[in-house]
Order: sequence, then C-alpha cells, then structure tokens
Amino acid sequence: MSVRVGEAASAPTFAVAAKSLMGNEQLRRNVRNATQVIRGKRASVVGEMPDWQQLRDTAHAIKDHTLRHLDSYLIQFEENCTRAGGKVHWARDADEANAIAIGIIRAQNETEVIKVKTMTTDEIGMNRALEAVGITPYETDLADLIVQLGDDKPSHIVVPALHRNKMEIRELFMRKMGLAELGTRPEDIAEAARLYLREKFLRVPVAISGANFAVAETGSICVVESEGNGRMCVSLPRVLISVVGIEKVIPKFADLEVFLQLLPRSATGERMNPYNSIWTGVTPGDGPQEFHVILLDNGRTKVLADSVSRETLDCIRCGACLNACPVYRQTGGHAYGSIYAGPIGAILTPQLQSMEHSQTLPYASSLCGACYEVCPVKINIPEILIHLRNKIVENGDGPSGERLGMKMAAWAMSDAASLSTARGLGRIAQMPFTNNGSIHHLPGMMSAWTATRDIPSIPAESFRQWWARRKRERPV
Amino acid sequence: MSANGLANGHMSARNVSARDGVLAKVRQSLRDVTANSSAAREADYAAIPRDYIQQGDSSRETILSLLSSRLQDYDATVYPCLRHEIAHTVAVAMKARGKTSLLHPDQLPEEWLPAGYAFSRVNGLPYSEIDRGEGVITGCVAAIALTGTIILHHGSVDGRRALTLIPDYHLCIVFADQVVETVPEGFERLAGMATLPLTTVSGPSATADIEMSRVKGVHGPRFLDVILVA
Repeated sequence: MSVRVGEAASAPTFAVAAKSLMGNEQLRRNVRNATQVIRGKRASVVGEMPDWQQLRDTAHAIKDHTLRHLDSYLIQFEENCTRAGGKVHWARDADEANAIAIGIIRAQNETEVIKVKTMTTDEIGMNRALEAVGITPYETDLADLIVQLGDDKPSHIVVPALHRNKMEIRELFMRKMGLAELGTRPEDIAEAARLYLREKFLRVPVAISGANFAVAETGSICVVESEGNGRMCVSLPRVLISVVGIEKVIPKFADLEVFLQLLPRSATGERMNPYNSIWTGVTPGDGPQEFHVILLDNGRTKVLADSVSRETLDCIRCGACLNACPVYRQTGGHAYGSIYAGPIGAILTPQLQSMEHSQTLPYASSLCGACYEVCPVKINIPEILIHLRNKIVENGDGPSGERLGMKMAAWAMSDAASLSTARGLGRIAQMPFTNNGSIHHLPGMMSAWTATRDIPSIPAESFRQWWARRKRERPV
Repeated sequence: MSANGLANGHMSARNVSARDGVLAKVRQSLRDVTANSSAAREADYAAIPRDYIQQGDSSRETILSLLSSRLQDYDATVYPCLRHEIAHTVAVAMKARGKTSLLHPDQLPEEWLPAGYAFSRVNGLPYSEIDRGEGVITGCVAAIALTGTIILHHGSVDGRRALTLIPDYHLCIVFADQVVETVPEGFERLAGMATLPLTTVSGPSATADIEMSRVKGVHGPRFLDVILVA
C-alpha cells in the first residue's frame, strides 16, 4: 500500500520551486490580480454576516465531533447510501481507488468519462490511471479543462487555472479545439467551452465526481459548483462514481445549513454559489441508475492519528487561506509541488505522506496568522505548522540549529495555544539574534532571507498589548 | 466483516478487506477518544454550539423584496404578481425573452399556462429533445431570500433534474409562502425531503475562471426569470 499525493513525493523543495517561479512575472501578476479580486469579494460578503464567527465555531465543532467519531459516521453513511441504492467501495490508497473506478467503467464497456472538478481524483492521479488503460477522461470545469488541455498543473484549490490569463487560454482553446476564430472576451471563451462540452454531457454515459459533503444520516452526497457542469455530470449519465475522502462525512442533513453558508462566501465571495446538487443513492426515473461511492483513505487515517494536527481534516477546500497568504500570493500554487497549495497544502501534503516527503512545506509560511483568520472552519494552521516543524526537527530531518527553538515552541504551544502566545514566544525566540532592534542573521532556512536584508525584530510590546494597556491607563 | 458489507453482493474480497483495513486504522487513530458509545456520540453532537442565526426576524414584505433584489443581482428578471395573474405574467415574461414555446413537468398546473403559446410535457423526453426546447417553466419547493436561492426537489411541479438543466432558459414560479429569510430556515423546509434529489439554484450558471471576471452562463441555463406570486 502506498499513499500518493499527486506527484508531491518527487517534487522539488519549496525553496527551489519558488525561486524559479519568482522569476515568472506573468504568472505572479496573474496570481496577484486573481487573489486580490477574490479577497475583496470575500471580505465584502463575509462582512454582511453578523453571525460569521458563530458559524465558524459551529462548523469547527461539527468537524471536530465528526472526526472523533469517524468510524461510526462512515458506517452510518455506508448503510444509508446502500439502502438508497448506492454501492459503497473502500480504498486504502490511490491505486485501490483507481482500480475500483476502472473496474466499474470497464463493466460498462465504456472508454470515455466526464468529470466534475474533484481535488481528490487529482490527488490520486486518476486521469493518468484511466488514460493508461485506454479510458479518456474529460474534465468539465472550465478551469480544469484549461489545465487538462494545456497539460498543465492546477495552481489553486478553487480556481485551478488562476495562473493563466485570458489570451493564453484563448490561444490554448483555439489550438486544442481546432477553432479558426475565437473572440477575446471571457464570454467568448466560456461559450467555446460550452459548445465543446455540451456534446459530451449529452452523450458520455459515465461520470466521475468528488463530494463536498457526505451526509451520514441520509447517505446523501452534496456537490457545490457554479457552472452547471456538476449538475450535468451528476444528473445526466447512466452511471455515476463519486470519489469521497473519508473526512468529507458530516453527521446530519441539517449540518449543511452551516457549511453551505461558509463555503461559497469563503471560496468565491458569493452569498451562494449558483448550484448545489444533493442526491441520495439512486432515484428511479431521474438521474444515474447506477451509483458508486469510493471512500478513500490515502493517508487520511495517519493525519487523524495526531490529535494536534487532526483538525487539518476539517478543511472544506474553500481556498481562502491561499488567497490570504502573503507567501502564496508571491509564489503561486506550483511552488508547493502538490495539488494542495498554500497554507492548507503546507500542512496537508506532508501529513498525508506520513511526513516522509514535502518536508520543506511547513516552512513555507511566515506564521502571520492570516490563514487562520479567514479559515471558515477555524483550522489553526499556524499552530499546526509549528507542530509539524517540531516533528520534522524531532525526526532529525529538519534544518539544523532549529531544534532548540522548536522545543521551546512545543512547550509554549502546549501551555497556551493562542496566536498572541506564539507572538510572545517569537519575542523570546529572537533574543539571541536581535541587535539594536534589528535581526541581521537568522538560523537555518531563514538565513537566506536575512542574508540580503535585516528584518525588524518583534517589538517588546505587541499592538494588542499596547492597546490594552492604553485602555487601562486612559479609560474613555 | 460487517453484515452490511456482505449485503452488497458486488463487494469483492479485496474490497471487504479494504473496508476493514480503513475502519481499523480509523479506530486505531482515535485511541485518544474514549467516549465512543452511541449515547456518548449523540450527547457530544447535541453539545455542539449553535449560536448562529437560525430564524430571521424581517417582515414578510422585507423578505420578499430582499429575494427580488438578490435575484436581480444575479441578472434574473423578477415579475411580482397575484395568484390569478400567473398565466398572464408567464406570457409577459415569455414575450420579453422572445419565447414562443416552453417545456414543463407533466403535472404543472394547467392554469399557469397562457393561451397563444406552445407548451409541452416532458415525460420521458430524451436529452436531445430537451436540448432543442426553447426553455422550461417550473415551480419550486422553497426559496431563500438572503442568498437569492431557489430550491428544486424534482417532484411534480419542478420535474426531473435534466429538465431544469439542459434548456438555456428557466422560468420559475415562486409563491410568497415558499420564501424564507435564512439558509437554516430553508433547510428546515427540506427536512422531510432530505433523500429526494435536491438542487439549489442561485442565479444563472456562472464562472469566474478566466481572470476572475464573472461570465454569466456556462452549462446550466444562461437565463433565469422568476415570477413571484403574492
């Protein structure tokens, strides 16, 4: 059995990949523009929710609860899905999941499948596995289609082709779809995709989807999308296969009312995304008459085993942490060497691979805390980053000279896990390196940063502490 | 090996062992969770804090105008009307879109359909026929004002899923008493229907995949109009 996360095991280290990407001005401009637009939209629709923090608290608690009882909820999901006419399969790793899907497609004597955007099948490299046995997968999400036709890699969880600009996409479509002419407006490009894919939606009898949520109580699957390609895939073909990470299960149908408020506002800055499809097993006379669910482990149980970083599995793949991250906004997604980029990728990818690969990723962060602030399910990414750095150092694999700092971090974090503590710790940790209020040289990996510049040290008193003192001293 | 695994006759021996393997690893990973009886699980679930807004407190009038404005944000045209004016308003909406015919679910009330236009039932129509239609007229099961969302449950008035998906134009009749303010209230309405196929529609299909500029209309209906019946 082997856990595979895309090609992350053979990807170059973050520092190496980032360095070459930093030279690609076009890519950096595209990433910067796109993340800026989404952040603005997100901030505005989150700002109109007076109960946003309460929704985050509930979502975190639901996920936390579900993970602690995951075995029961998985069995419950399986029972209810099976009762409704679905077939539930289990896969320990990528190869098992791909083999199950191939078996189902072959039993239909089919050689083509249509696919809805699914990170999980990217993770297990399903398209390659299908192609290797002569099955052609058609990606139907516009961005995924751009990535597939360009033989490219996704660079963002929600907007996988965010690194490509309009003219690049237009040129690609003209070449790959054999179009003599194509307008230059985004509308023209979307229309080309509509025509190209419509024929496939109406004809191809097998579809593959992921799942945003799997409801234990009812055995239902929920797919969240915008373009209508998801609805096409889950309701037109004769046979549907949904590949579902075991962490996607939620206890009850009504829990969707929490996640379907948080996800669209966080992901695309919409009050609600255009379409949500929820279905349960097979419905006679409507939609696929054969429905398979593949429940996938692929390293998730390893993540589950660590009670500190377990909440990594809370992730609902909204991508808000990528857009908020100052590191991601500079490098784009490809530097992370994994289909899971940004802060969530920096903690998820190495853990899925049992901390045996992608060990530089937990260092791809300035620990600024922006990711935690925007996370709709309140995953404490900075704390997990530090926890993982500590693990790497404990294993003796990490950058040297950092062990002591990490031990201090572990101690401080176990005592009080708040960010303000982490900042306080930073103040202590930097002491050996501070000189006249500036840091001229940092140890280990960080030395590359201070080789060419000084960074101001963390002030003795944080803004929050100053504000609190000011209020105490000068009550209004 | 569970009875459930065996009940599913298609499960190979390998898959049964994968099932047991995954579940065993889950349990092994959760050794720190000691209270794992079903009673403890239910108590734990009941203790989840739910301090978010479940019921809105706006007036009926505000809720309906909020739904209208949210739908208009999505470029949907909203036609308010009274109950006896439905057929007339359908004609107005069709005329505005230049439509002469629409498809409809088999059990759509006849009195919603105006004379002078062609309407056809879709029972059993192949996708290619639906694709040739000018559009579709349906009812819905509920609507959420705060998010401008229409919910379809694919029953007698809103039809099977392909019907509201393949055509390029969707004209939806929404009754005022189907409209709720918040997302949780919407889910409360769906409580008895959780295992039906459900689709929530918030504006026409859209993408922002090209340089983050919103393009209305990709694969789902590109045009959505709503008749809001008082």
